[in-house]
Amino acid sequence: MAEAARPRTLFDKIWDAHVVERLPDGTAILYIDRHLVHEVTSPQAFEGLRLAGRRPRRPDLTFAVADHNVPTSDRSVGIEEPESRLQVETLERNVAEFGITYFPLNDARQGIVHVVGPEQGLTLPGLTIVCGDSHTSTHGAFGALAFGIGTSEVEHVLATQTLLQKPAKNMLIEVNGRLGFGCTAKDVVLAIIGRIGTAGGTGHVIEYAGDVIRGLDMAGRMTICNMSIEAGARAGLIAPDETTFAWLKDRPYAPKGEAWDRAVAQWRTLPSDAGAQYDTRVVLDASDIAPLVTWGTSPEDVVPITGAVPDPDDEPTEARRAAKRRMLEYMGLTPGTRMQDIRVDVVFIGSCTNSRIEDLRAAAAVVNGRKVADGVRAMVVPGSGLVKQQAEREGLDRIFKEAGFEWREAGCSMCLGMNPDQLKPGQRCASTSNRNFEGRQGPGGRTHLMSPAMAAAAAVTGRLADVRELVAH
Amino acid sequence: MQPFTTLTGIAAALPIPNIDTDKIIPARFLKTIKRTGLGSALFHAMRYRPDGSEDPDFVLNKEPWRRAQILIAGPNFGCGSSREHAPWALLDFGIRCIIAPEFADIFYNNCFKNGILPIKLPQAVCDALAEDARLGANARLTVDLERQVVVRPNGEEIRFEIDPFRKRCLLEGLDDIALTLAHADKIAAYEARRRAAEPWAVG
Repeated sequence: MAEAARPRTLFDKIWDAHVVERLPDGTAILYIDRHLVHEVTSPQAFEGLRLAGRRPRRPDLTFAVADHNVPTSDRSVGIEEPESRLQVETLERNVAEFGITYFPLNDARQGIVHVVGPEQGLTLPGLTIVCGDSHTSTHGAFGALAFGIGTSEVEHVLATQTLLQKPAKNMLIEVNGRLGFGCTAKDVVLAIIGRIGTAGGTGHVIEYAGDVIRGLDMAGRMTICNMSIEAGARAGLIAPDETTFAWLKDRPYAPKGEAWDRAVAQWRTLPSDAGAQYDTRVVLDASDIAPLVTWGTSPEDVVPITGAVPDPDDEPTEARRAAKRRMLEYMGLTPGTRMQDIRVDVVFIGSCTNSRIEDLRAAAAVVNGRKVADGVRAMVVPGSGLVKQQAEREGLDRIFKEAGFEWREAGCSMCLGMNPDQLKPGQRCASTSNRNFEGRQGPGGRTHLMSPAMAAAAAVTGRLADVRELVAH
Repeated sequence: MQPFTTLTGIAAALPIPNIDTDKIIPARFLKTIKRTGLGSALFHAMRYRPDGSEDPDFVLNKEPWRRAQILIAGPNFGCGSSREHAPWALLDFGIRCIIAPEFADIFYNNCFKNGILPIKLPQAVCDALAEDARLGANARLTVDLERQVVVRPNGEEIRFEIDPFRKRCLLEGLDDIALTLAHADKIAAYEARRRAAEPWAVG
């Protein structure tokens, strides 16, 4: 019985509850409770099933939506680009053939898969959730073990409703204290990535804890877990609590009535036990976190908005100096330039990191009564049709449109530039998305990552700006 | 899946840290419903100039590395997106083995599903192998998966570690879906247990 009494982490508990079978070498057959599917990483998986004469084992646990390459302009004209249209039509054929629930393009429930899953109550505490997309880590905000998989694994889950996995290591990141004025969940996660680096979480599942995490709403928690992958971790987790339960109650696919009560009782047993062991622990003090922006082409290249472009010569090794010099050349920046003196061409508010109603409210609060600066293209891409409707009920769309923002339809859009929403070579973008990789938002495009409020500040000033100087304390 | 047993081939050095999957294959090339034909988009931004012509300074555009089958890469290779198009593009180009100090988890996993062997070796060893690679066609590396060694041109053998299950799948080119389906009764029993205890979870 000593083994059973061993204190376990949240990750350990979810893992143990999903092991169907342990193979002799320690690999587990892990049961998957929800499989989210989108148009870009699934066609080859469905084709593989067909070629092998297999069918999805649990189409009822599989949910599909098109988000990556869909246009965010007028939907009534269909998809202009033939390749994108073929991918979406292929998804529609596959879900029809195999009886999978699908949220079509003209349905208000359509949107970015990691916004749609929680919104529909498909994401629940204690579940295992996978999707052929690395930002599946988002769903960990609800205390679900959620991670991205490749297309071969999409096929494996379709055919077996399981994955072959080895357990990850446990990492605990505590953020204690109180966040300063103007600082948000995005600044917290950028600070974490800046601290541990983009490979800091490799091989781990990160559990986020501490007063600051407890105090975040679900949108903020999703922003944090979303960018776990930018810290190298496949999954992030936050223990479910009253905030989680209140957010989920009455969602369309959440349990109802007596089942809800039973579920909540079970979810209350999920948080890590006192004395549970972590392989790695990191502690951050919230008072050290300022509004952050990235300056380079890796999400770990963060600097406070009050700071300056760093000097590659300060790096310890020649390899690192060369890498930083190459980044600055790509970004068109010189060492010592004040971040607030950097002008922007485009502002993108959207993506699975920051496109929820709370994000749009935060941006609108800064934009309200102001105009987008001359020469700046600014766009808002809500995370789902339902987020868009909610924002319109609150009048946020008017604030954005009167300021000169484009108010678009839901999708991944300029986060990865698979649809027509792309940067032109050399264009500089203040973006609420998750990756500032070279060419990510379009070939030659230059990305600075930041929070929605900071992106809004950039839109109305035409440069990277300190949101604290634009809004009343 | 094509098995991986031993490979003797030209190695190309690309010792840049944090090569992300957008760099391996940009998103605009993912609009395909096939796994094949992605080799021409591999490392697109590094390999081609803005006018579409090859950049003659990029290693995979030079002889003999145009025919490289082994890549000596930098730390955190394959970070970012989960797109399996990254290993598909590498495979389509002809790369069957990648040696790096560290790989991002999802990319590492995706390699095994496509008959590509990713090998983790310390930075100093990767540096030495990159020097070997720069010697070109007269300095081929041999990778022996069964014996878990990389053989340098000077005959020195470098041992590497690999998960035994993944090793077997690669050596035999196994279809892991078929392996899992052999446990279908266990999966059904698990579903019945969960359905009784947590009906909201598994329907």
